Amino acid sequence: MKYLQLVWSAMFRRKTRTIFTLLSVLAAFLLFGLLDSVRSAFAGAANSVAGVDRLVTVSKISFTLSLPKSLLPRIQELPGVATVTYANWFGGVYQDPKNFFPNEAVADNFFDLYPEWQLSAAERTAFHNTRTGAIVGESLAKKFHWKIGDKIPLQATIFPQKSGANDWTLDLVGMFRVTDPKQKSRESVLYFNWDYFDEARAFGNGNVGWYVTRVADRNQAQQVADAVDALSANSDHETKTQTEQAFNAAFVSQYGDIGLIVGAIMAAVFFTLILLTGNTMAQAVRERIPELAVLKTIGFSNPSVLGLVLAESVLLILLGGTIGLLLAGVVVDAVRAAVGEAVPMSRVGASIWLRGLGLMLLIGLIVGALPARRGMRLRIVDALAGR
Amino acid sequence: MKRSRLRNAGFLVVSISAAAAAIALLVLAPWWLLLALVAVLALWMLSTRIGRQAWSVTEVGLATIPQRIGASSVIVVGIAGVVAVLVALLAMASGFELALRQGGTDDTAIVMRAGSQTEINSVLDHDSATLVTQEPQVLRDAAGVPVASPELVLVASLPKKSTGQDANVEIRGVGERAWSLRPNVTIINGRKFGPGLREMIVGKGAREQFAGLDLGSTLKLNGQTWTVVGEFDAQDAHNSELWADNDVVAETYRRGSGTAAVTVRLTGADAFDAFKAAIASDPRLKVDAKTTRAYYTDQSAGLSKLIRILGITIATIMAIGAVFGALNTMYAAVATRSREIATLRAIGFRALPVIVSVMLETMLLALLGGLLGAAVTWVLFNHYTVSTLGANFTQVVFAFQVSGAVLSTGIKWALAIGLIGGLFPALRAARLQVTAGLREV
Repeated sequence: MKYLQLVWSAMFRRKTRTIFTLLSVLAAFLLFGLLDSVRSAFAGAANSVAGVDRLVTVSKISFTLSLPKSLLPRIQELPGVATVTYANWFGGVYQDPKNFFPNEAVADNFFDLYPEWQLSAAERTAFHNTRTGAIVGESLAKKFHWKIGDKIPLQATIFPQKSGANDWTLDLVGMFRVTDPKQKSRESVLYFNWDYFDEARAFGNGNVGWYVTRVADRNQAQQVADAVDALSANSDHETKTQTEQAFNAAFVSQYGDIGLIVGAIMAAVFFTLILLTGNTMAQAVRERIPELAVLKTIGFSNPSVLGLVLAESVLLILLGGTIGLLLAGVVVDAVRAAVGEAVPMSRVGASIWLRGLGLMLLIGLIVGALPARRGMRLRIVDALAGR
Repeated sequence: MKRSRLRNAGFLVVSISAAAAAIALLVLAPWWLLLALVAVLALWMLSTRIGRQAWSVTEVGLATIPQRIGASSVIVVGIAGVVAVLVALLAMASGFELALRQGGTDDTAIVMRAGSQTEINSVLDHDSATLVTQEPQVLRDAAGVPVASPELVLVASLPKKSTGQDANVEIRGVGERAWSLRPNVTIINGRKFGPGLREMIVGKGAREQFAGLDLGSTLKLNGQTWTVVGEFDAQDAHNSELWADNDVVAETYRRGSGTAAVTVRLTGADAFDAFKAAIASDPRLKVDAKTTRAYYTDQSAGLSKLIRILGITIATIMAIGAVFGALNTMYAAVATRSREIATLRAIGFRALPVIVSVMLETMLLALLGGLLGAAVTWVLFNHYTVSTLGANFTQVVFAFQVSGAVLSTGIKWALAIGLIGGLFPALRAARLQVTAGLREV
């Protein structure tokens, strides 16, 4: 620590060059922060610990096919099952197809299984009592400036009403909040009453899209899942039951390998960065060889010269990288404020910072290694003579 | 002192706006204009005295590059990185667009239930499906039968080769006129499925991405066994699909006589408006019609726009990093050559040749970097096949298209980065105090 002053003034010996290098490092870590935020949003959706005690049962052929409602009492009777609910994808459009958000018809007890969706008892009752009632996540309500009591017209894309009309008008009776940042994207969903949906739709009545089962003991999840699938084995509506976590992970992976794409871009960015700052550090040390020799003359040991140069390169990267990550945090927050919290970017939190700081240290050491070794090995006589 | 600082600030503003204008010109300019500029530059260097001076200074600069190879390679590699990422993402966007756009033409129309945006959401009863094919704008073949295919789109889960995890594949039940409706579909292996049989043919892309779709293999759908009897190449998004007889698919999935959508061939591209009007005015029909080109373009618009925006954002941030790298390198280059430049100025060389030489050197390094980045992407990614989730909740297989347009965008970006990276060091070189420069060691 006592050498900080020395390292600092050595670093800013050539102001312009150091500032340009800092800006390059800043750009690299700004990009790292943004990309890692996207990557962790996708990974978070897949790896969240929430939902390990919930099983999702869909048709084995494809989750777009429906299942008979007759399975409900049979699943309920299975040992180890705490609660069962069901839902169906509605796929309605609000005003314009561009305003896409998921909307689902859910059974009355749906919110019992999702205690992390924070909803007041009064809103639950209102949802129960209002046939055309709908509950939305707070982020979604904020995006479209909805308030309780508003009428929300949805255009059906799959399910017309019995009359043949595509218009479904829902009454907003409640908003739920999700506090877990990894689950925040769930706040962009609209739920409405199953009874209204099933009575009014033109076809498919009596079928459900999927079942959600809460198991009494999460360690029994696999056994319960197998038991649910056994109910319909060899029938014409075989099911596939997984934990909600596994179901989400499988769905996200269908978009493509986000991790791989982000990884490839980051590799290109950091390779360039290492070369660039490595060059700067090499130049800086080359210029200062006589100074380093003076340091050695007045008694600095070889390891401390090595340490000084390494400290300088690590400090350079840490400084630029920290500003870059701070900036990434500001940008992510701004995007989330502008587009809504459902955007697949997680906040630049502790885990991203930890990975970022780790990378900064690593790159700082790699970049400083060669120049530092050169500084350590130089012979005082040669260096002072300018040889 | 104060006045000179003011002058410096003014100078900075002027040069930054000049650089901004130059970049805009460079990125937007067509290639013939850029080539014309190069030709003018070459002519100037050959024919005028000051031009010849510029060339000889540039020559000296280029000759000394090997002495500072590390610093110069920062420019090349930095810009190569930017261009590689930009070109890869743009190639991905245009590949996705191309795969879907080729699936559509202006003289075929798709009819779905009103309100449905995708085939998977659409259900048509048998009567509507038959009625729309009776419109006069629908082409009839030699036997007088409308060239139309009632189709059913369903989804099955199959394991992907790359991950081993289940992903959704689209199963399309097609009518018997599907072949004359889509003449671009050719069987490249095996044979067509037999009508009324549980046989299917697989698209080229689907066979590459999913396991267990080779010729002769069987797969179980809804408890019934299907045999793969052929492989087809449609050169478009249908390559991601499995095709079978519509009636058999409907029976397997208990869809009765309903279909999802009807695709018809019109008598010509100009017949679409009349066709749309005719079915809109029929009170028995509650359907929407789109040309297949519009249908597929709508599906690709969102994702390819997203990839483009992402690509340009990422490349811009990387480019900013690369610009500072280039600035560092070129300032250092000018600094090491300051004595030489001062000498040239002292013996009567003007400022312009010095500016031109530094700019030219940077631009040449940038061009090299751009070509390197573009070449790396081209070798690694051209026709690289990937798949993602499409509008029908199924996997759409597409290949990266490293096209000429994409490559030239990448090279233009490289030149723009080189322009800024060279401009400021060039101006510093030109404003160098001759007396101070001569004293430099």
